[in-house]
Amino acid sequence: FSSLNSAKRIKVDAERKKTLLLKMPMELTQSRIQKIWLPNDNRPALPRRSCGPQLANSPTVIVMVGLPARGKTYISKKLTRYLNWIGVPTKVFNVGEYRREAVKHYSSYDFFRPDNEEAMKVRRQCALAALRDVKLYLTEEAGQIAVFDATNTTRERRGMILNFAKENGFKVFFIESVCNDPTVVATNVMEVKLSSPDYRDCNSTDAMEDFMKRINCYQASYQPLDPDNYDRELSLIKVIDVGRRFLVNRVQDHIQSRIVYYLMNIHVQPRTIYLCRHGESEFNLKGKIGGDSGLSNRGKKFALALNKFVEEQNLKDLKVWTSQLKRTIQTAEALQLPYEQWKALNEIDAGVCEEMTYEEIREQHPEEFALRDQDKYYYRYPSGESYQDLVQRLEPVIMELERQENVLVICHQAVMRCLLAYFLDKSADEMPYLKCPLHTVLKLTPVAYGCRVESISLNIEAVNTHRERPEEAKKGPNPLMRRNSVTPLASPEPTKKPRINSFEEHVAVSSALPGCVPQEVPTQMPGQ
Amino acid sequence: SPARELTQNPLQKTWEPYDNGLPAGHSAQRGVCMTNCPTLIVMVGLPARGKTYISKKLTRYLNWIGVPTKEFNVGQYRRDLVKKYKSFEFFLPDNEEGLKIRKQCALAALNDVRQYLSEENGHVAVFDATNTTRERRETIYKFGEENGYKTFFVESVCVDPEVIAANIVQVKLGSPDYVDCSNDEATEDFMKRIECYKNSYETLDESLDKDLSYIKIMDVGRSYLVNRVMDHIQSRIVYYLMNIHVTPRSIYLCRHGESELNLKGRIGGDPGLSVRGKEFAKSLAQFINEQNIKDLKVWTSQMKRTIQTAEALGVPYEQWKVLNEIDAGVCEEMTYEEIQENYPLEFALRDQDKYRYRYPKGESYEDLVQRLEPVIMELERQENVLVICHQAVMRCLLAYFLDKPAEQLPYLKCPLHTVLKLTPVAYG
Repeated sequence: FSSLNSAKRIKVDAERKKTLLLKMPMELTQSRIQKIWLPNDNRPALPRRSCGPQLANSPTVIVMVGLPARGKTYISKKLTRYLNWIGVPTKVFNVGEYRREAVKHYSSYDFFRPDNEEAMKVRRQCALAALRDVKLYLTEEAGQIAVFDATNTTRERRGMILNFAKENGFKVFFIESVCNDPTVVATNVMEVKLSSPDYRDCNSTDAMEDFMKRINCYQASYQPLDPDNYDRELSLIKVIDVGRRFLVNRVQDHIQSRIVYYLMNIHVQPRTIYLCRHGESEFNLKGKIGGDSGLSNRGKKFALALNKFVEEQNLKDLKVWTSQLKRTIQTAEALQLPYEQWKALNEIDAGVCEEMTYEEIREQHPEEFALRDQDKYYYRYPSGESYQDLVQRLEPVIMELERQENVLVICHQAVMRCLLAYFLDKSADEMPYLKCPLHTVLKLTPVAYGCRVESISLNIEAVNTHRERPEEAKKGPNPLMRRNSVTPLASPEPTKKPRINSFEEHVAVSSALPGCVPQEVPTQMPGQ
Repeated sequence: SPARELTQNPLQKTWEPYDNGLPAGHSAQRGVCMTNCPTLIVMVGLPARGKTYISKKLTRYLNWIGVPTKEFNVGQYRRDLVKKYKSFEFFLPDNEEGLKIRKQCALAALNDVRQYLSEENGHVAVFDATNTTRERRETIYKFGEENGYKTFFVESVCVDPEVIAANIVQVKLGSPDYVDCSNDEATEDFMKRIECYKNSYETLDESLDKDLSYIKIMDVGRSYLVNRVMDHIQSRIVYYLMNIHVTPRSIYLCRHGESELNLKGRIGGDPGLSVRGKEFAKSLAQFINEQNIKDLKVWTSQMKRTIQTAEALGVPYEQWKVLNEIDAGVCEEMTYEEIQENYPLEFALRDQDKYRYRYPKGESYEDLVQRLEPVIMELERQENVLVICHQAVMRCLLAYFLDKPAEQLPYLKCPLHTVLKLTPVAYG
């Protein structure tokens, strides 16, 4: 598996390459970990990808648009989590966080008044700093998509961003959230604003009052996207009333099409997702992997315990999904509820290693055994699958889980790890080592910007099928060095460092301190 | 009470519960269709806005992914009733005789819709007519409600005269209505026909129609308005409609060059090309060169034989695991004789229902279709593409483009060393 930085790069023009190829015997070698066939010349002058369509060519800046408390940050984070899971490196740049770094103490909504000139200057600086970091991420840190999370409610601001993108060769896609239902807005404020660092020292009533005044500051200057006229040429989606209605304009490419599809499938109804594995199987008892065995006695006990557990949860309309392997179906049968079998939920295919124990694998396929420990996410069993393949196969399951409400998914160890990694925003590196023991239910509830997870053991004994990451295993190359797509990254920590160092203490941001003169602030524009 | 026993269906290898020896309910196979109630799709739009194009294409797609769908074109009912079309005057809003006949046709079509959805196990019916007045749409909506159908409207709005003129040339001039006319006469008459609808046209409205489920397609897909998507199938329909386009292009399908296992009569595996297979690869390179295709994308599977074939072309290509050949499970790398000898029951079952038959520990054509759906979706998005794949895979893709049903799909002819060039034309 040759490294990107090999010095043996052969520059050959297209004509000569064609002549060479016509003479070459078309020799290929299969990469040891991923089992991908690559040409022997070791230096593909032709770019190629392994797992699917090139998801994006130029990097894309997704620009959120909307008044405060319209779900922009919720959408930003969720979308970023999804894109990273399907292997598109994505990062959120929340301008509010830059502002909190720059202005240590938030005093009141006065900061956001349109006539507060000093504050306007600070806010603009924060936006520019965030854009600078966007540029760094997309051009130097192998980022593919940057989500620029701010109100961006004026044409002027959006025009500035469009220019920035044009200068740098980035595509732009706008996501506007429009909502005038006061109940929804109030709920959002309670869910995520009252606990914001801005209102750390306030009680709920005062915080709510201040925030509503904050929203007001934006109303007068808000220019919604206008795809019929002014914004005809822009690529955008307008999400109206939390997904009741969508307006989509000029989708440019595959990834924008996937983003639109995802946004149209997510919802905010409270609900719970339960993940568990089948009950202990006969093969589990023997330490054999894969296969299609039935439940052991203890596995059957678990199925009955699961039935009791589900009844106690007292859920409205629970959907139950299983794989098409006997052990998950047997487990579901104990529930006496209708269930749907998904082939896509079948356990990872261990290929030539199916139905072997780990000892047998180590004996009969020692090299494969070692390779798997080296890079468990990318490792593909000979004639089998990798975790990377699993993610691709599970994407429709995730999409349907987003559409649904209460669901219980009875699946398998590797499959459950992949699904869990999506909900908990875990990277490819961590995914194959997430703990998903037998006879334990994970209860996932969406809360604020993420997912609460509760682990409930049903107290039926079972073998432990978890293998820890071996200490001595050499780590594979950095995921960012991979040429292949579909490498889930956990969404990166937001960049908070203020690149505007000099005005932390000195900017007058409150009308309570009218006399303060702000220090000279750097006016560096992105790209300069 | 003890859990019910499971038995494995010998054809599809799926586990099903049995109750006292009889198959019991409670479990469903997730195909792709998750419709509970049937869905009625109602097209809306002036003539020559692509309604029939969309109806047929959508119907083809839904059937391919396993959702029984049928289209009902009211114009066809009118042609069956009124044997000879005379002129646009039939469509004048004050032509009472004409209006009576047209309403009769719409009702006849709806009656057939009801039969299809309620008695013939159809899941989706596409009602293809102008449906340009709110009154007509309310009639249809009520019909849907009475029968327990979900209704989803698809409106096509377009004011670009060039697009409309192109549509007329593509599909109207050749219509049975204009079989005795010159092109100019036909075009003139058709334009007047469109005018007949304009005054009474009530487009789907943000306020008045806010409780309906619909998608409004503007300017052949430049923008879309989507309102109240109710369920999975509507979401899939919207996704599909948003990915299709009408830009002329060609899709080339072929298999890898002959492989070493082909020579031995063995199925599956991951062999390399034979000598003749390599020759084919070189010929393919030459063929592609001669075609002089703009911006050709090349896709292969992740099996050696397709990649070797692509390597000969000297252009970038993308490897898709989902394009891999059907997994023959325990029969991998066997000859058909060996299969018949070692697995005579399996061998017989496969001939019984080749589409649904799943190899033990392997796949069925039905599984293939599900795995290939993202390929079809991306093919719809793309322009010129060459797909180098495998026999079973190619049959599935071809069945989608040529609207072949499941029974025929596994028997479509896809010989080695043959390229199929597909070009969209009119409605197919």
